[in-house]
Amino acid sequence: MMNRILETSAADCHPLSVPDYTPADELRALQLKRLQAVVARAWQHVPLFRSRMDELGLTPDDIRSLADIVKLPFTQKSDLRDNYPFGLFASPMKDVVRLHASSGTTGKPIVVAYTQEDVDVWTSVLVRALAGCGLHRGDIIQVAYGYGLFTGGLGAHYGAEGLGATVVPASGGHADRQIMLMKDFGVTAMCCTPSYFLHLIDRAAEMGVNMKDLPIRAGVFGAEPWTDAMRQRIEELSGIEAFDIFGLSEIIGPGVGCECRRHSGLHIFEDHFYPEIVDPETGEPLPEGVEGELVLTTLSKQAMPMIRYRTHDMSRILPGKCECGRILRRIGRIGRRSDDMLIIRGVNVFPSQVETALLAVEGALPHYQIILTRSQGLDQMEVQVEITPQMFNDKIGAMQELHDKLQHSLDRVLGIRVRVSLVEAHTIERSEGKAKRVIDRRTV
Amino acid sequence: MKIQQISLFAENKPGHISAPARLLAKEGINIRALYLADTQEYGILRLIVADWQRAAELLEAQGFIVKVTEVLAVEVPDRPGGLADVLEALQGSGINIEYMYAFPYMRGDQAIIIFRFNDPDAAIERLQTAGINLVASEELLK
Repeated sequence: MMNRILETSAADCHPLSVPDYTPADELRALQLKRLQAVVARAWQHVPLFRSRMDELGLTPDDIRSLADIVKLPFTQKSDLRDNYPFGLFASPMKDVVRLHASSGTTGKPIVVAYTQEDVDVWTSVLVRALAGCGLHRGDIIQVAYGYGLFTGGLGAHYGAEGLGATVVPASGGHADRQIMLMKDFGVTAMCCTPSYFLHLIDRAAEMGVNMKDLPIRAGVFGAEPWTDAMRQRIEELSGIEAFDIFGLSEIIGPGVGCECRRHSGLHIFEDHFYPEIVDPETGEPLPEGVEGELVLTTLSKQAMPMIRYRTHDMSRILPGKCECGRILRRIGRIGRRSDDMLIIRGVNVFPSQVETALLAVEGALPHYQIILTRSQGLDQMEVQVEITPQMFNDKIGAMQELHDKLQHSLDRVLGIRVRVSLVEAHTIERSEGKAKRVIDRRTV
Repeated sequence: MKIQQISLFAENKPGHISAPARLLAKEGINIRALYLADTQEYGILRLIVADWQRAAELLEAQGFIVKVTEVLAVEVPDRPGGLADVLEALQGSGINIEYMYAFPYMRGDQAIIIFRFNDPDAAIERLQTAGINLVASEELLK
Protein backbone atom coordinates (compact mmCIF):
# COMPACT_ATOMS: atom_id res chain seq x y z
CA MET A 1 0.00 0.00 0.00
CA MET A 2 2.78 2.38 1.00
CA ASN A 3 4.75 1.74 -2.12
CA ARG A 4 1.75 2.33 -4.31
CA ILE A 5 1.24 5.81 -2.86
CA LEU A 6 4.88 6.68 -3.30
CA GLU A 7 4.99 5.40 -6.86
CA THR A 8 1.93 7.29 -8.01
CA SER A 9 3.09 10.47 -6.28
CA ALA A 10 6.23 10.85 -8.29
CA ALA A 11 4.45 10.90 -11.61
CA ASP A 12 1.43 12.99 -10.62
CA CYS A 13 3.11 15.64 -8.58
CA HIS A 14 5.15 17.51 -11.09
CA PRO A 15 5.66 20.90 -9.48
CA LEU A 16 4.43 22.94 -12.41
CA SER A 17 1.49 20.78 -13.41
CA VAL A 18 -1.30 22.87 -11.86
CA PRO A 19 -2.28 26.30 -13.08
CA ASP A 20 -4.08 28.78 -10.85
CA TYR A 21 -7.39 28.45 -12.72
CA THR A 22 -7.88 24.68 -12.60
CA PRO A 23 -11.36 23.43 -11.64
CA ALA A 24 -11.73 23.11 -7.88
CA ASP A 25 -12.36 19.37 -7.84
CA GLU A 26 -9.18 18.73 -9.80
CA LEU A 27 -7.22 20.86 -7.35
CA ARG A 28 -8.73 18.97 -4.37
CA ALA A 29 -7.91 15.62 -5.98
CA LEU A 30 -4.32 16.72 -6.54
CA GLN A 31 -4.07 18.03 -2.98
CA LEU A 32 -5.24 14.69 -1.59
CA LYS A 33 -2.79 12.74 -3.72
CA ARG A 34 0.07 14.99 -2.63
CA LEU A 35 -1.02 14.97 1.02
CA GLN A 36 -0.98 11.18 1.04
CA ALA A 37 2.45 11.19 -0.57
CA VAL A 38 3.98 13.74 1.78
CA VAL A 39 2.57 12.02 4.87
CA ALA A 40 4.00 8.73 3.63
CA ARG A 41 7.33 10.40 2.97
CA ALA A 42 7.54 12.00 6.41
CA TRP A 43 6.39 8.75 8.04
CA GLN A 44 9.11 6.79 6.27
CA HIS A 45 11.99 9.22 6.76
CA VAL A 46 11.34 11.46 9.78
CA PRO A 47 11.52 9.53 13.08
CA LEU A 48 9.80 12.31 15.07
CA PHE A 49 6.78 12.29 12.79
CA ARG A 50 6.62 8.51 12.79
CA SER A 51 6.69 8.29 16.57
CA ARG A 52 3.93 10.88 16.85
CA MET A 53 1.84 8.96 14.34
CA ASP A 54 2.49 5.77 16.34
CA GLU A 55 1.33 7.48 19.53
CA LEU A 56 -1.93 8.39 17.81
CA GLY A 57 -2.26 4.89 16.34
CA LEU A 58 -2.10 6.32 12.83
CA THR A 59 -0.45 5.18 9.62
CA PRO A 60 -0.37 7.05 6.30
CA ASP A 61 -3.21 4.77 5.10
CA ASP A 62 -5.55 6.57 7.49
CA ILE A 63 -5.47 9.65 5.27
CA ARG A 64 -8.28 8.86 2.84
CA SER A 65 -9.69 12.33 2.33
CA LEU A 66 -8.49 15.91 2.76
CA ALA A 67 -10.73 16.15 5.84
CA ASP A 68 -8.56 13.45 7.46
CA ILE A 69 -5.73 15.99 7.76
CA VAL A 70 -7.14 17.01 11.16
CA LYS A 71 -6.15 13.58 12.50
CA LEU A 72 -2.47 14.36 11.94
CA PRO A 73 -0.21 15.69 14.70
CA PHE A 74 0.90 19.32 14.62
CA THR A 75 4.50 20.37 14.05
CA GLN A 76 5.85 23.24 16.16
CA LYS A 77 8.80 25.56 15.81
CA SER A 78 10.27 23.92 18.91
CA ASP A 79 10.43 20.64 16.95
CA LEU A 80 12.85 22.32 14.53
CA ARG A 81 14.90 23.65 17.42
CA ASP A 82 14.96 20.30 19.24
CA ASN A 83 16.06 18.49 16.09
CA TYR A 84 18.72 21.03 15.14
CA PRO A 85 20.26 21.02 12.66
CA PHE A 86 19.22 18.18 10.30
CA GLY A 87 16.91 15.98 12.38
CA LEU A 88 13.71 16.63 10.42
CA PHE A 89 15.16 16.09 6.95
CA ALA A 90 13.40 13.49 4.84
CA SER A 91 16.06 13.45 2.13
CA PRO A 92 19.64 12.22 2.35
CA MET A 93 22.17 15.08 2.36
CA LYS A 94 23.36 14.16 -1.13
CA ASP A 95 19.93 15.26 -2.42
CA VAL A 96 19.89 18.50 -0.44
CA VAL A 97 21.04 21.38 -2.65
CA ARG A 98 20.36 24.31 -0.34
CA LEU A 99 20.14 25.19 3.34
CA HIS A 100 18.61 28.31 4.83
CA ALA A 101 18.20 29.32 8.45
CA SER A 102 16.10 31.73 10.42
CA SER A 103 15.97 32.70 14.05
CA GLY A 104 14.72 30.15 16.50
CA THR A 105 13.20 31.00 19.86
CA THR A 106 16.54 30.91 21.67
CA GLY A 107 20.19 31.11 20.66
CA LYS A 108 20.22 28.55 17.85
CA PRO A 109 18.67 29.19 14.46
CA ILE A 110 16.26 26.81 12.81
CA VAL A 111 17.50 25.15 9.65
CA VAL A 112 15.50 24.37 6.52
CA ALA A 113 16.53 22.29 3.50
CA TYR A 114 15.67 22.07 -0.17
CA THR A 115 16.17 19.43 -2.84
CA GLN A 116 16.49 20.65 -6.43
CA GLU A 117 12.80 19.88 -6.85
CA ASP A 118 11.98 21.98 -3.77
CA VAL A 119 13.95 24.90 -5.20
CA ASP A 120 12.04 24.48 -8.48
CA VAL A 121 8.69 24.49 -6.64
CA TRP A 122 9.75 27.57 -4.70
CA THR A 123 10.72 29.33 -7.90
CA SER A 124 7.45 28.29 -9.53
CA VAL A 125 5.25 29.69 -6.77
CA LEU A 126 7.17 32.96 -6.81
CA VAL A 127 6.81 33.14 -10.58
CA ARG A 128 3.05 32.75 -10.10
CA ALA A 129 3.06 35.31 -7.29
CA LEU A 130 4.97 37.91 -9.30
CA ALA A 131 2.86 37.24 -12.40
CA GLY A 132 -0.22 37.79 -10.24
CA CYS A 133 1.19 41.23 -9.39
CA GLY A 134 1.20 42.04 -13.11
CA LEU A 135 4.96 41.55 -13.55
CA HIS A 136 6.47 39.78 -16.54
CA ARG A 137 9.49 39.32 -18.79
CA GLY A 138 10.86 42.76 -19.53
CA ASP A 139 10.38 44.04 -16.01
CA ILE A 140 13.46 45.06 -14.05
CA ILE A 141 13.04 43.79 -10.49
CA GLN A 142 15.26 44.98 -7.67
CA VAL A 143 15.55 42.59 -4.74
CA ALA A 144 16.38 44.48 -1.56
CA TYR A 145 15.79 41.62 0.85
CA GLY A 146 18.96 40.37 2.49
CA TYR A 147 20.71 37.63 0.54
CA GLY A 148 22.07 34.83 2.64
CA LEU A 149 20.65 32.47 5.21
CA PHE A 150 17.43 34.52 5.20
CA THR A 151 15.06 33.11 2.56
CA GLY A 152 13.85 36.53 1.36
CA GLY A 153 16.69 37.52 -0.95
CA LEU A 154 17.40 34.28 -2.80
CA GLY A 155 13.72 33.33 -2.89
CA ALA A 156 12.64 36.53 -4.59
CA HIS A 157 15.72 36.40 -6.80
CA TYR A 158 14.96 32.95 -8.21
CA GLY A 159 11.31 33.87 -8.67
CA ALA A 160 12.08 37.05 -10.58
CA GLU A 161 14.64 35.24 -12.72
CA GLY A 162 12.20 32.38 -13.31
CA LEU A 163 9.67 34.92 -14.49
CA GLY A 164 12.14 36.03 -17.12
CA ALA A 165 12.54 39.48 -15.63
CA THR A 166 15.86 41.26 -15.19
CA VAL A 167 16.98 40.92 -11.58
CA VAL A 168 18.94 43.57 -9.71
CA PRO A 169 20.24 41.66 -6.67
CA ALA A 170 20.88 44.72 -4.50
CA SER A 171 20.39 42.85 -1.20
CA GLY A 172 19.56 44.83 1.96
CA GLY A 173 20.86 48.16 3.20
CA HIS A 174 22.66 51.10 1.59
CA ALA A 175 19.55 53.18 0.88
CA ASP A 176 21.38 55.76 -1.25
CA ARG A 177 22.73 53.05 -3.52
CA GLN A 178 19.30 51.37 -3.74
CA ILE A 179 17.83 54.65 -4.96
CA MET A 180 20.67 55.23 -7.41
CA LEU A 181 20.13 51.73 -8.88
CA MET A 182 16.36 52.24 -9.12
CA LYS A 183 16.93 55.48 -10.99
CA ASP A 184 19.87 54.54 -13.22
CA PHE A 185 18.66 51.02 -14.13
CA GLY A 186 15.04 52.02 -14.67
CA VAL A 187 13.81 49.52 -12.08
CA THR A 188 10.09 48.75 -12.53
CA ALA A 189 9.43 46.68 -9.39
CA MET A 190 10.90 46.26 -5.94
CA CYS A 191 10.93 43.31 -3.55
CA CYS A 192 11.66 44.25 0.07
CA THR A 193 9.92 44.79 3.41
CA PRO A 194 7.23 47.49 3.32
CA SER A 195 8.93 49.45 6.09
CA TYR A 196 12.18 49.48 4.16
CA PHE A 197 10.40 50.81 1.10
CA LEU A 198 8.92 53.61 3.22
CA HIS A 199 12.45 54.36 4.34
CA LEU A 200 13.59 54.48 0.71
CA ILE A 201 10.78 56.90 -0.15
CA ASP A 202 11.94 59.22 2.65
CA ARG A 203 15.58 58.91 1.72
CA ALA A 204 14.83 59.53 -1.97
CA ALA A 205 13.00 62.73 -1.05
CA GLU A 206 16.04 63.87 0.95
CA MET A 207 18.19 63.17 -2.09
CA GLY A 208 15.85 65.22 -4.27
CA VAL A 209 14.46 62.15 -6.05
CA ASN A 210 10.70 61.86 -6.40
CA MET A 211 9.70 58.19 -6.60
CA LYS A 212 6.78 59.19 -8.76
CA ASP A 213 9.19 60.30 -11.49
CA LEU A 214 10.90 56.88 -11.58
CA PRO A 215 9.72 53.97 -13.78
CA ILE A 216 8.91 51.82 -10.72
CA ARG A 217 5.26 50.74 -10.79
CA ALA A 218 4.99 47.84 -8.34
CA GLY A 219 6.29 46.71 -4.99
CA VAL A 220 6.01 43.17 -3.67
CA PHE A 221 6.34 43.57 0.07
CA GLY A 222 6.58 40.94 2.78
CA ALA A 223 8.52 39.43 5.69
CA GLU A 224 6.61 41.58 8.19
CA PRO A 225 2.97 42.39 8.92
CA TRP A 226 1.72 45.70 7.56
CA THR A 227 -1.56 47.49 7.39
CA ASP A 228 -3.79 48.91 4.68
CA ALA A 229 -2.97 52.35 6.07
CA MET A 230 0.69 51.67 5.36
CA ARG A 231 -0.17 50.49 1.86
CA GLN A 232 -2.11 53.66 1.24
CA ARG A 233 0.78 55.79 2.41
CA ILE A 234 3.30 53.90 0.23
CA GLU A 235 1.06 54.15 -2.82
CA GLU A 236 0.32 57.84 -2.31
CA LEU A 237 3.93 58.81 -1.78
CA SER A 238 5.48 56.71 -4.53
CA GLY A 239 2.74 56.18 -7.10
CA ILE A 240 3.32 52.41 -7.18
CA GLU A 241 0.94 49.49 -6.65
CA ALA A 242 1.84 47.68 -3.43
CA PHE A 243 1.32 43.91 -3.03
CA ASP A 244 1.45 41.81 0.11
CA ILE A 245 3.40 38.56 -0.20
CA PHE A 246 3.49 35.95 2.55
CA GLY A 247 5.76 33.09 3.44
CA LEU A 248 7.91 31.55 6.10
CA SER A 249 11.17 29.64 5.96
CA GLU A 250 9.75 26.59 7.69
CA ILE A 251 7.29 26.10 4.82
CA ILE A 252 9.49 27.30 1.93
CA GLY A 253 10.19 31.04 2.27
CA PRO A 254 8.36 33.89 0.54
CA GLY A 255 5.74 32.74 -1.95
CA VAL A 256 3.39 30.66 0.20
CA GLY A 257 0.72 33.20 -0.71
CA CYS A 258 0.45 36.54 -2.47
CA GLU A 259 -2.10 39.18 -3.36
CA CYS A 260 -3.35 39.51 -6.91
CA ARG A 261 -4.30 42.85 -8.44
CA ARG A 262 -7.72 42.72 -6.73
CA HIS A 263 -5.92 43.15 -3.39
CA SER A 264 -8.58 41.21 -1.51
CA GLY A 265 -6.58 38.73 0.50
CA LEU A 266 -3.59 36.57 -0.35
CA HIS A 267 -4.01 33.59 -2.65
CA ILE A 268 -2.34 30.52 -1.14
CA PHE A 269 -0.56 28.34 -3.68
CA GLU A 270 -2.72 25.51 -2.52
CA ASP A 271 -1.34 22.88 -4.83
CA HIS A 272 1.83 23.04 -2.68
CA PHE A 273 0.71 24.46 0.68
CA TYR A 274 -2.45 23.30 2.40
CA PRO A 275 -3.94 25.92 4.72
CA GLU A 276 -6.05 25.34 7.81
CA ILE A 277 -7.24 27.73 10.48
CA VAL A 278 -7.32 26.42 14.05
CA ASP A 279 -8.14 27.74 17.48
CA PRO A 280 -4.73 28.81 18.84
CA GLU A 281 -5.62 27.55 22.33
CA THR A 282 -7.24 24.20 21.60
CA GLY A 283 -5.92 23.41 18.11
CA GLU A 284 -9.48 22.64 16.98
CA PRO A 285 -10.19 23.45 13.31
CA LEU A 286 -12.23 26.62 12.73
CA PRO A 287 -14.72 27.15 9.91
CA GLU A 288 -14.07 29.31 6.88
CA GLY A 289 -14.19 33.03 7.61
CA VAL A 290 -13.36 32.72 11.31
CA GLU A 291 -10.06 34.13 12.54
CA GLY A 292 -7.59 31.75 14.11
CA GLU A 293 -4.06 30.47 13.78
CA LEU A 294 -2.87 29.58 10.31
CA VAL A 295 -1.60 26.01 10.04
CA LEU A 296 0.21 24.95 6.88
CA THR A 297 1.13 21.60 5.42
CA THR A 298 3.67 21.34 2.62
CA LEU A 299 2.14 19.08 -0.01
CA SER A 300 5.16 18.61 -2.27
CA LYS A 301 8.21 19.34 -0.14
CA GLN A 302 10.89 16.68 -0.43
CA ALA A 303 13.81 17.63 1.82
CA MET A 304 11.82 18.80 4.78
CA PRO A 305 8.10 18.10 4.75
CA MET A 306 6.14 20.10 7.31
CA ILE A 307 2.92 18.48 8.43
CA ARG A 308 0.38 20.81 10.06
CA TYR A 309 2.97 23.43 10.98
CA ARG A 310 1.73 25.94 13.56
CA THR A 311 2.68 29.33 12.09
CA HIS A 312 1.30 31.36 15.03
CA ASP A 313 0.18 33.88 12.42
CA MET A 314 -3.43 34.88 12.98
CA SER A 315 -5.61 34.98 9.86
CA ARG A 316 -8.75 33.55 8.34
CA ILE A 317 -9.70 31.84 5.13
CA LEU A 318 -11.76 34.28 3.11
CA PRO A 319 -15.07 32.90 1.90
CA GLY A 320 -16.08 33.08 -1.76
CA LYS A 321 -14.07 33.32 -4.93
CA CYS A 322 -11.76 36.13 -5.93
CA GLU A 323 -12.87 38.29 -8.83
CA CYS A 324 -9.56 37.57 -10.55
CA GLY A 325 -10.84 34.08 -11.37
CA ARG A 326 -8.10 32.15 -9.57
CA ILE A 327 -9.41 29.08 -7.85
CA LEU A 328 -6.79 29.37 -5.10
CA ARG A 329 -8.30 30.14 -1.71
CA ARG A 330 -7.31 33.36 0.00
CA ILE A 331 -6.28 34.21 3.53
CA GLY A 332 -6.80 37.61 5.14
CA ARG A 333 -3.77 39.81 5.65
CA ILE A 334 -1.84 38.84 8.74
CA GLY A 335 -2.04 41.43 11.47
CA ARG A 336 -1.05 39.73 14.66
CA ARG A 337 0.44 36.59 16.09
CA SER A 338 -0.73 34.08 18.65
CA ASP A 339 2.70 33.98 20.30
CA ASP A 340 5.17 36.64 21.39
CA MET A 341 7.27 36.69 18.22
CA LEU A 342 8.25 40.16 17.02
CA ILE A 343 9.11 41.00 13.45
CA ILE A 344 11.76 43.69 13.24
CA ARG A 345 12.94 44.88 9.84
CA GLY A 346 11.71 41.55 8.47
CA VAL A 347 13.67 39.51 11.02
CA ASN A 348 11.88 37.29 13.52
CA VAL A 349 12.77 38.04 17.12
CA PHE A 350 11.53 36.30 20.24
CA PRO A 351 11.83 37.90 23.68
CA SER A 352 13.29 34.56 24.81
CA GLN A 353 16.26 35.20 22.49
CA VAL A 354 16.90 38.47 24.27
CA GLU A 355 16.95 36.55 27.55
CA THR A 356 19.40 34.03 26.12
CA ALA A 357 21.69 36.86 25.01
CA LEU A 358 21.53 38.68 28.36
CA LEU A 359 22.10 35.47 30.29
CA ALA A 360 25.17 34.72 28.19
CA VAL A 361 26.81 37.90 29.48
CA GLU A 362 25.62 38.11 33.05
CA GLY A 363 24.84 34.57 34.09
CA ALA A 364 21.79 35.94 35.87
CA LEU A 365 18.89 37.55 34.08
CA PRO A 366 18.53 41.25 34.77
CA HIS A 367 15.19 42.99 34.35
CA TYR A 368 14.87 44.13 30.79
CA GLN A 369 12.40 45.66 28.39
CA ILE A 370 12.21 45.72 24.62
CA ILE A 371 11.09 49.01 23.13
CA LEU A 372 10.15 49.12 19.47
CA THR A 373 9.86 52.35 17.56
CA ARG A 374 9.81 53.29 13.92
CA SER A 375 11.92 56.12 12.63
CA GLN A 376 11.77 57.13 8.97
CA GLY A 377 10.06 53.86 8.15
CA LEU A 378 12.73 51.76 9.83
CA ASP A 379 12.08 49.66 12.89
CA GLN A 380 14.34 50.39 15.83
CA MET A 381 14.75 47.98 18.69
CA GLU A 382 16.03 49.12 22.04
CA VAL A 383 16.76 46.76 24.88
CA GLN A 384 16.76 48.51 28.24
CA VAL A 385 18.64 46.59 30.89
CA GLU A 386 18.29 47.40 34.56
CA ILE A 387 21.58 47.66 36.39
CA THR A 388 22.08 45.03 39.09
CA PRO A 389 24.62 45.21 41.95
CA GLN A 390 26.66 42.51 40.16
CA MET A 391 26.78 44.56 36.97
CA PHE A 392 27.57 47.91 38.52
CA ASN A 393 31.12 49.15 38.67
CA ASP A 394 32.47 52.54 39.70
CA LYS A 395 34.82 52.55 36.71
CA ILE A 396 33.37 53.96 33.54
CA GLY A 397 35.57 51.68 31.40
CA ALA A 398 34.14 48.61 33.09
CA MET A 399 30.62 49.86 32.47
CA GLN A 400 31.38 50.53 28.81
CA GLU A 401 32.83 47.05 28.52
CA LEU A 402 29.66 45.57 30.00
CA HIS A 403 27.62 47.63 27.55
CA ASP A 404 29.70 46.37 24.62
CA LYS A 405 29.41 42.76 25.77
CA LEU A 406 25.63 43.04 26.01
CA GLN A 407 25.56 44.69 22.60
CA HIS A 408 27.64 41.95 20.95
CA SER A 409 25.69 39.16 22.57
CA LEU A 410 22.37 40.61 21.42
CA ASP A 411 23.66 41.29 17.90
CA ARG A 412 24.96 37.74 17.67
CA VAL A 413 21.85 35.98 18.98
CA LEU A 414 19.25 38.17 17.26
CA GLY A 415 21.09 38.77 14.00
CA ILE A 416 20.01 42.40 13.93
CA ARG A 417 21.46 45.59 15.33
CA VAL A 418 19.80 46.71 18.53
CA ARG A 419 20.40 49.62 20.85
CA VAL A 420 21.31 48.65 24.40
CA SER A 421 20.57 51.08 27.21
CA LEU A 422 21.62 50.60 30.80
CA VAL A 423 18.96 51.99 33.11
CA GLU A 424 18.66 52.48 36.85
CA ALA A 425 17.32 49.69 39.02
CA HIS A 426 13.55 49.50 39.54
CA THR A 427 12.79 51.88 36.69
CA ILE A 428 11.21 49.36 34.32
CA GLU A 429 7.53 49.31 35.02
CA ARG A 430 6.27 46.10 36.56
CA SER A 431 2.68 45.02 36.46
CA GLU A 432 1.69 42.57 39.19
CA GLY A 433 5.33 41.84 39.85
CA LYS A 434 6.01 40.85 36.28
CA ALA A 435 7.72 43.27 33.94
CA LYS A 436 6.04 44.03 30.66
CA ARG A 437 8.63 42.72 28.26
CA VAL A 438 7.72 44.50 25.07
CA ILE A 439 6.57 48.05 24.42
CA ASP A 440 5.65 48.41 20.76
CA ARG A 441 5.39 52.06 19.77
CA ARG A 442 5.56 51.43 16.04
CA THR A 443 2.88 53.19 14.07
CA VAL A 444 2.40 53.58 10.32
CA MET B 1 44.61 55.03 55.22
CA LYS B 2 41.88 53.94 52.89
CA ILE B 3 38.75 55.98 52.39
CA GLN B 4 35.39 54.40 51.57
CA GLN B 5 33.81 55.94 48.52
CA ILE B 6 30.20 55.39 47.50
CA SER B 7 29.31 55.07 43.80
CA LEU B 8 25.86 55.29 42.32
CA PHE B 9 24.56 54.53 38.85
CA ALA B 10 22.47 57.35 37.39
CA GLU B 11 20.88 57.73 33.98
CA ASN B 12 21.89 60.84 32.12
CA LYS B 13 18.48 62.51 32.46
CA PRO B 14 17.30 65.67 34.19
CA GLY B 15 16.69 65.16 37.90
CA HIS B 16 18.49 61.86 38.28
CA ILE B 17 21.20 63.23 40.58
CA SER B 18 18.82 65.17 42.77
CA ALA B 19 17.02 62.16 44.26
CA PRO B 20 20.07 60.69 46.02
CA ALA B 21 21.28 64.17 46.98
CA ARG B 22 17.92 64.97 48.58
CA LEU B 23 17.82 61.65 50.39
CA LEU B 24 21.24 62.25 51.98
CA ALA B 25 20.29 65.82 52.86
CA LYS B 26 17.16 64.65 54.65
CA GLU B 27 19.24 62.30 56.77
CA GLY B 28 21.74 65.02 57.61
CA ILE B 29 24.58 63.36 55.72
CA ASN B 30 26.96 65.92 54.28
CA ILE B 31 28.62 65.27 50.94
CA ARG B 32 32.30 66.16 51.31
CA ALA B 33 33.43 65.34 47.80
CA LEU B 34 31.67 64.39 44.63
CA TYR B 35 32.65 63.42 41.16
CA LEU B 36 30.41 62.51 38.25
CA ALA B 37 31.86 60.39 35.45
CA ASP B 38 29.45 60.47 32.57
CA THR B 39 28.76 59.01 29.16
CA GLN B 40 26.04 60.12 26.80
CA GLU B 41 23.55 57.78 28.39
CA TYR B 42 24.47 57.35 32.03
CA GLY B 43 26.80 58.52 34.72
CA ILE B 44 28.54 57.17 37.75
CA LEU B 45 28.21 59.43 40.77
CA ARG B 46 31.05 59.02 43.25
CA LEU B 47 30.59 60.44 46.73
CA ILE B 48 32.67 60.80 49.83
CA VAL B 49 30.58 61.24 52.94
CA ALA B 50 31.34 61.02 56.65
CA ASP B 51 28.89 58.27 57.53
CA TRP B 52 29.37 56.08 54.48
CA GLN B 53 27.83 52.93 55.96
CA ARG B 54 24.58 54.65 56.85
CA ALA B 55 24.54 56.49 53.52
CA ALA B 56 25.00 53.23 51.58
CA GLU B 57 22.24 51.53 53.58
CA LEU B 58 19.84 54.42 53.09
CA LEU B 59 20.47 54.60 49.37
CA GLU B 60 20.14 50.85 48.95
CA ALA B 61 16.90 50.87 50.90
CA GLN B 62 15.60 53.38 48.37
CA GLY B 63 16.48 51.04 45.52
CA PHE B 64 19.74 52.61 44.36
CA ILE B 65 22.52 50.35 43.18
CA VAL B 66 25.45 51.26 45.41
CA LYS B 67 29.05 50.19 45.28
CA VAL B 68 31.57 50.94 48.00
CA THR B 69 35.15 51.27 46.82
CA GLU B 70 38.41 51.99 48.61
CA VAL B 71 40.21 55.11 47.50
CA LEU B 72 43.16 57.08 48.85
CA ALA B 73 43.29 60.75 49.77
CA VAL B 74 46.73 61.99 48.83
CA GLU B 75 48.27 65.28 49.92
CA VAL B 76 49.69 67.20 47.02
CA PRO B 77 51.75 70.38 47.55
CA ASP B 78 49.87 73.40 46.22
CA ARG B 79 52.57 74.53 43.81
CA PRO B 80 53.51 73.95 40.16
CA GLY B 81 54.83 70.41 39.81
CA GLY B 82 53.14 69.19 43.00
CA LEU B 83 50.99 66.64 41.21
CA ALA B 84 53.77 65.64 38.83
CA ASP B 85 55.98 64.73 41.82
CA VAL B 86 53.28 62.48 43.27
CA LEU B 87 52.69 60.75 39.95
CA GLU B 88 56.41 60.25 39.41
CA ALA B 89 56.62 58.40 42.71
CA LEU B 90 54.36 55.77 41.16
CA GLN B 91 56.27 55.41 37.92
CA GLY B 92 57.57 51.95 37.15
CA SER B 93 55.53 50.40 39.96
CA GLY B 94 52.89 48.87 37.76
CA ILE B 95 50.27 50.56 39.91
CA ASN B 96 47.51 51.97 37.75
CA ILE B 97 45.34 54.97 38.46
CA GLU B 98 41.77 54.00 37.60
CA TYR B 99 40.62 57.58 38.10
CA MET B 100 41.28 60.61 40.26
CA TYR B 101 39.58 63.83 41.29
CA ALA B 102 40.33 66.80 43.50
CA PHE B 103 38.93 67.05 47.02
CA PRO B 104 37.38 70.50 47.42
CA TYR B 105 39.09 71.42 50.73
CA MET B 106 42.72 72.35 51.28
CA ARG B 107 44.81 71.33 54.29
CA GLY B 108 47.07 74.28 54.86
CA ASP B 109 49.18 74.58 51.73
CA GLN B 110 48.34 71.06 50.67
CA ALA B 111 45.72 70.16 48.11
CA ILE B 112 44.04 66.77 48.45
CA ILE B 113 43.45 64.47 45.52
CA ILE B 114 41.33 61.34 45.66
CA PHE B 115 42.87 58.41 43.80
CA ARG B 116 41.28 55.12 42.84
CA PHE B 117 44.20 52.70 42.30
CA ASN B 118 43.99 49.19 40.93
CA ASP B 119 46.05 48.10 43.96
CA PRO B 120 45.49 50.50 46.89
CA ASP B 121 47.75 48.60 49.32
CA ALA B 122 50.71 48.71 46.96
CA ALA B 123 50.00 52.39 46.33
CA ILE B 124 50.02 53.19 50.07
CA GLU B 125 53.38 51.55 50.50
CA ARG B 126 54.87 53.22 47.47
CA LEU B 127 53.59 56.71 48.27
CA GLN B 128 54.60 56.56 51.92
CA THR B 129 58.06 55.35 50.98
CA ALA B 130 58.34 58.40 48.73
CA GLY B 131 57.41 60.61 51.70
CA ILE B 132 54.00 61.53 50.36
CA ASN B 133 51.36 62.01 53.01
CA LEU B 134 48.03 60.22 52.89
CA VAL B 135 45.08 61.69 54.72
CA ALA B 136 43.20 59.27 56.98
CA SER B 137 39.46 58.99 56.85
CA GLU B 138 38.88 60.51 60.33
CA GLU B 139 40.95 63.56 59.46
CA LEU B 140 39.49 64.03 56.04
CA LEU B 141 35.89 63.83 57.16
CA LYS B 142 35.98 65.51 60.56
